[in-house]
Amino acid sequence: MSSLEENVGRDWQPTQWRNWAPVLVALALGAIDWRFGLLFAVWLASWWTNAVLARGERRILVAAVFGITMLVLWEMAVRLFAVPLVILPAPSVIGARIAISLPILWGDFVQTAIKGALSGYIMGCGAAVITAVLIDRSKFLQSGLLPVANFAAALPIVGTAPILVMWFGFDWQSKAAVVVVMVFFPMLINTMAGLRASEAMQRDLMRTYGASYWQTLAKLRFPAAMPFIFNGLKICTTLALIGAIVAEFFGSPTQGMGFRISTAVGQLALDTVWAEITIAALAGSAFYGAVALIERGVTFWHPSQRRQR
Amino acid sequence: MSVQGTVVKAQNLDLVFHTGDGDVHALSNVSLDVEKGDFVSFIGPSGCGKTTFLRCIAGLETATGGRLTVNGMSPEEARLSRAYGYVFQAAGLYPWRTIGKNIKLPLEIMGFDKAEQDRRMNNVLQLVDLEGFGGKYPWQLSGGMQQRASIARALAFDADLLLMDEPFGALDEIVRDHLNEQLLKLWARTEKTICFVTHSIPEAVYLSTKIVVMSPRPGRITEVIESPLPKDRPLDIRDTPAFIEIAHRVREGLRAGHGDDV
Amino acid sequence: MNWIRTHVWPIVAVLLALIVVWYVAAAWMNSQWTLDQAARAQTTPSFGEIVADTMAQERPKLPAPHQVAYSFYDLVFDKKITSRRSLVYHAWITLSATLLGFAIGTGLGIALALGIVHNRAMDQSVMPWAIASQTIPILAIAPMIIVVLNSIGISGLIPKAIISAYLSFFPVVVGMVAGLRSPDSMQMDLLKTYNASPVQVLFKLRLPASMPFLFASLKVGIAAALVGAVVGELPVQQGGLGARLLGGSYYGQTIQMWAALFMAAILAAILVFTVARIESGVLKRLGMAR
Repeated sequence: MSSLEENVGRDWQPTQWRNWAPVLVALALGAIDWRFGLLFAVWLASWWTNAVLARGERRILVAAVFGITMLVLWEMAVRLFAVPLVILPAPSVIGARIAISLPILWGDFVQTAIKGALSGYIMGCGAAVITAVLIDRSKFLQSGLLPVANFAAALPIVGTAPILVMWFGFDWQSKAAVVVVMVFFPMLINTMAGLRASEAMQRDLMRTYGASYWQTLAKLRFPAAMPFIFNGLKICTTLALIGAIVAEFFGSPTQGMGFRISTAVGQLALDTVWAEITIAALAGSAFYGAVALIERGVTFWHPSQRRQR
Repeated sequence: MSVQGTVVKAQNLDLVFHTGDGDVHALSNVSLDVEKGDFVSFIGPSGCGKTTFLRCIAGLETATGGRLTVNGMSPEEARLSRAYGYVFQAAGLYPWRTIGKNIKLPLEIMGFDKAEQDRRMNNVLQLVDLEGFGGKYPWQLSGGMQQRASIARALAFDADLLLMDEPFGALDEIVRDHLNEQLLKLWARTEKTICFVTHSIPEAVYLSTKIVVMSPRPGRITEVIESPLPKDRPLDIRDTPAFIEIAHRVREGLRAGHGDDV
Repeated sequence: MNWIRTHVWPIVAVLLALIVVWYVAAAWMNSQWTLDQAARAQTTPSFGEIVADTMAQERPKLPAPHQVAYSFYDLVFDKKITSRRSLVYHAWITLSATLLGFAIGTGLGIALALGIVHNRAMDQSVMPWAIASQTIPILAIAPMIIVVLNSIGISGLIPKAIISAYLSFFPVVVGMVAGLRSPDSMQMDLLKTYNASPVQVLFKLRLPASMPFLFASLKVGIAAALVGAVVGELPVQQGGLGARLLGGSYYGQTIQMWAALFMAAILAAILVFTVARIESGVLKRLGMAR
């Protein structure tokens, strides 16, 4: 320790000091409790790895190293400090739980994500697009509905879940209903914005062809609206899963991700809760990813997609 | 001109826009005949109503006074009978369609059958020297090529009248010269009537058989200059005394119309 | 006058139409119960009597608008605000958790965004995860946070605020990073020609440029924070609008549920409106108002 300080003291430079400071912190933490020191050292090692990696163009690798480091630190922290299962289970325990209860998790996934979220998503987004087209020709309805929709989109609509569960029963229908109400307004706003997105010049062009309203809609305004429509569709994927899961907190059959989370929390079976959350996260990312993939196929011409090609 | 007939006939045309800051007199007492086969340029400073007049001919704006006929019909009827092709300042190609599909757009709307659509597309692609680019997307082409594609799109349904609103305004001078030369050849080959809005004096003089000088506040025609230049015009005609003489007259006309507010 | 005709009147018309639809739906949905009661009493009520009854049930499937309005007025203005029956009392519980969580989430979000913009390693490590996390139904962990924190002795405001903070955190990070990066290369090069320090670049260019992005995120964030607080109140019945909602659904007190729902809606409106007002003030001072 003292020899190091002498070394640094001889030709002291700010940059050198900054390079060694984290190591000193690690040693100091280690002196207080060796477990803190160890955790900090692991974090430091991975951070330096990433600092070096980040100079190149290996973005996926950097993100992966960071993610894995977080998992390792989590595992180490839980084991080193013997954190009880009822507070925070280690990733390995969660992984084991997922492996054991795959059939249950699959059943929950089908109940919540497919029956509840997906069906409600399709109905809600479909209804919103149809509504946007129906009111498209009426300036009056548009200027009346848009502010109302904007307002409704900011409301805590999950709050309607208990009411809709009362109306439609405990099964997936009530969850789909919650999802419909949740996705409708954001989707409506985006579709309406999209239908207004075509340029005046392009609309004039259609007029010089003597094109009918529906021809203009099909050939110009709908294609031009696609980036907006997909923006809405992407936002709604997350809303749909949230709606379906939270609606199950208010009552459900003995299946479903929300049901499992709320009952497992009650039994303090946190490994099951985390397993379910992992599945929810994977389902959310996959759902979003699928829509983003379709978007790339449909709106390949848009500048935001072109750059990625 | 060998072919006779008046394509566009405007008599005492008036157009007033009602805006928040009061009325704007966009067109005032505009009278003009465009004969079949003419190449008419409209030139003047911004706000002189040249684009507005073109939009009136196209039926995109409706005049508030006077009479305007296109092929003997009202502009609205002419629009619905697809009497003209319109080329805008920007190419305005749909980015989600290939060049070929863009050219087919008016043909689809007008209900041509598939084989005819293909035939016409290949035909006009050849006219504008874009053979082989039918499968490309607009954003994969240069600005000049995009504008050529938009001209092909206006030619595709073979209307006799072509309305062009500063079509080369956004392009650089070298590309513009090239396209001007091509446009003249196209005009000679297809025998169309062309109304062309520009703010470039050399461009107007080089292209036109008739130059309409306009001035603002209110938008009106101050002078109509018939060009004595031969129909066949190589680019270097711009260095001849005859050309310079007409350019001078246009410049004088613009200055007279401008008054003191330069 | 023109403004009223083109902007206010359409909204009023749409709202009136909604109320009409609501009344019709209420009559239709509640009529079943009325008819059941009548069948039990072996009477045949006239159409008028059925409609009148559907508007005045104690536990209707769908309360009529005036029932909700009356209950709302009663719970807000006629109860002492310290009473556990007052909606204002519950709204305050929810609002305090929302605001605390929103402040924490926004503060941490801005801090992380600053780190991401100034450190390449941090950008590449954290940013993909921050973006990916927006696709995850984070709200699902709300009950767990409440119960786990409860089990180690933390209850009341803090757990709900943590959920709110968590929900408002990611939109702020993503929006703020986009905002701090929004100056184009010409604007950045200009400051480079002045040999400006990173701190100067931050305060003279990046922060002002990021404001429109930040406020767009804040509006999303504060709405999300409110949802977080409401959902956070579900597992433990310790007051708040979420607790009122769940309580109402346990005991079938539908009118009370709708009143709580309206309170939540009004709260959301006030919060978003406040952020929007601050936004227009700030943007006006920065000369960015549109």
